[in-house]
Amino acid sequence: MATMTYIEALARGMWEEMERDPSVFLIGEDIGAYGGAFKATKGFLEHFGEERVIDSTLSEAAIVGASVGAALLGMRPVAEMQFADFVTCGFNQLVVNAAKTHYRWHLPVPMVVRLPTGGYIHGGPYHSESPEAWFFHVPGLKIVAPSTPHDAKGLMKAAIRDNNPVIFLEFKYLDRRMKGDVPEEDYTVPIGKGVVRREGSDLAVLTYGSTVHFALDAAERLSKQEGIEASIVDLRSLAPLDKELIRDVVRQTGKALVVHEDHLTGGVGAEIAAWITEDSFQALDAPVRRIGAADVPIPFAPPLEEVVLPTTAGIFKAMHDLARY
Amino acid sequence: MQKDETGQKHPAGLTREQLLELYYYLRLTRACDDAILRLYKQGKMVGGAYTGNGNEATAVGSSYALRREDYLFPMHRDLGAHLVKGQSLRNIFFQQLGRAGSLTRGRDGTGHYADPELRIYGNVSHLAAMIPVAVGAALASRMKKQNAVVLNYIGDGGCNVGDFHEGLNMAAVMKLPFVLIVENNQFAYSTPVARQHAAARISDRAAGYGIPGFTIDGTDVLQVFETTRTAVERARRGEGPTLIESVTMRMHGHSASDDASYVPGDLLESWRSKDPLARFEAVLVSGYSLTTAEKESTGQRIHDEIEEAIHAAMEDPAPLPETATEGVYAL
Repeated sequence: MATMTYIEALARGMWEEMERDPSVFLIGEDIGAYGGAFKATKGFLEHFGEERVIDSTLSEAAIVGASVGAALLGMRPVAEMQFADFVTCGFNQLVVNAAKTHYRWHLPVPMVVRLPTGGYIHGGPYHSESPEAWFFHVPGLKIVAPSTPHDAKGLMKAAIRDNNPVIFLEFKYLDRRMKGDVPEEDYTVPIGKGVVRREGSDLAVLTYGSTVHFALDAAERLSKQEGIEASIVDLRSLAPLDKELIRDVVRQTGKALVVHEDHLTGGVGAEIAAWITEDSFQALDAPVRRIGAADVPIPFAPPLEEVVLPTTAGIFKAMHDLARY
Repeated sequence: MQKDETGQKHPAGLTREQLLELYYYLRLTRACDDAILRLYKQGKMVGGAYTGNGNEATAVGSSYALRREDYLFPMHRDLGAHLVKGQSLRNIFFQQLGRAGSLTRGRDGTGHYADPELRIYGNVSHLAAMIPVAVGAALASRMKKQNAVVLNYIGDGGCNVGDFHEGLNMAAVMKLPFVLIVENNQFAYSTPVARQHAAARISDRAAGYGIPGFTIDGTDVLQVFETTRTAVERARRGEGPTLIESVTMRMHGHSASDDASYVPGDLLESWRSKDPLARFEAVLVSGYSLTTAEKESTGQRIHDEIEEAIHAAMEDPAPLPETATEGVYAL
């Protein structure tokens, strides 16, 4: 067991898979000699060489499209978008080619697209995007969203071994803030399986990524101050969703709050809330609540960003109100 | 022009047998397209019908420069390239008719299929979106040390999509074994080429990528073959991509539902005199003593092959509705 930051752990996952499987290679902007904008691939070029750590042209469509082509020939590319925001330039390749190829051609497209995601870093409208809802809607893509170093490594290894295009959300806010124990041995975290981070019988919070930690903080405060006990579910994968786990926890507690950093309207939370209502209406003691970013671009200046993105205080209040409903 | 010991001329170094093979593929392509149009008019087709009438020399001549181990990423007017690369008429018509036994099992139509055995990867409707994918195949092929070349096609309209630039530029920077043919057939759906490019020649763009560019007569199958062979050999030597603008005419509408009334009649007439089949047949008659009997037997063979494939496709069942939700994800 080693203590690692979140970004060290996901890098460790890539490193181990590259050691294990010669068909795995990396492609992206500034990932080689420079080691990546967030230094996730620092040292990779020196160890694996420039054929497997490719500093690409500034061309997201070509990076994603070339990854599809390489995957069709049996390689396992791991593509980095420098910021999740820039995946808009590769959107066509993900939606048109990566997502639909297996259904049409019955050929696997094993590739990972890494998306350094989210706000709380004062990055402004073009370095704070949460892109998951754009892809959540598209059949054929998988989406994973680790919140801990353990899961960052385990989900990275699972994503690289998966025979489908996997969108890997890396929460920039967690990159260096989040440290934790990471087994040094080979392990994977299964895609499509969530985990209960905290058990409580009064309400369930369903969340992923950075907001898992805000929800856990809020739950501790709520327990100490009000004696309200919340279950916190870390979804870990968005596509496929762990509906079994969501059903179990919602039926145990009768109250559900979905929290994500992405915009509220049309977000992943909207689908989860709708599904819970269809699936478990009889078990609900209150309407399903949602928290997400306000429906505005993520602003730059800290006082503006703070009121747009979900906060621990806002989650605390929503949990409190839902428990008292 | 090479000559053998009998004084027989061998354009592009091709034997008479190879020239007759080119002739067969040109006529097979035209006849297949005609059959597809006929099925469309009879209401037997699923979806639209897209022909390559006028483009046969470009599709056939270019793909004839490939080896078995090379990769073909064709477009919707390149039926001839599918056939030259070895695709069966059975698979072509099963695809066109959306049958259960088609390569996509009815999930997609026309040339939108992949056949990894033959190393054919078809197009998608988002023209140019396959350029980066083809470039990635060239990258992977080089990593696997296959010594293979990727031949990809785009049109005078599709080459204005950003993927054209991103893909070709990446291929040029990485010196990948990649050849891109722009089929300049004068119209992108209804939009004439003058409304697509301010530049006189699309191949001039090659200079911007630091790669060779050629503009050729796309109705001359031998010129297309020779130019593509030069580009393919260069790519195989590891010297990087080439851009070839093959100038042709789209003699039909964009699809069978388009009467192409926007195309000036005299323009069509002027191109009719450059019909790729008639041109090559004249070469064969005058220089290689192509006989009437050979012409007729070729026609009969093609007719029989196409009828057999259509019959098989008509006999094959439509896909079962319950299969519609299968296979979104790979296991």
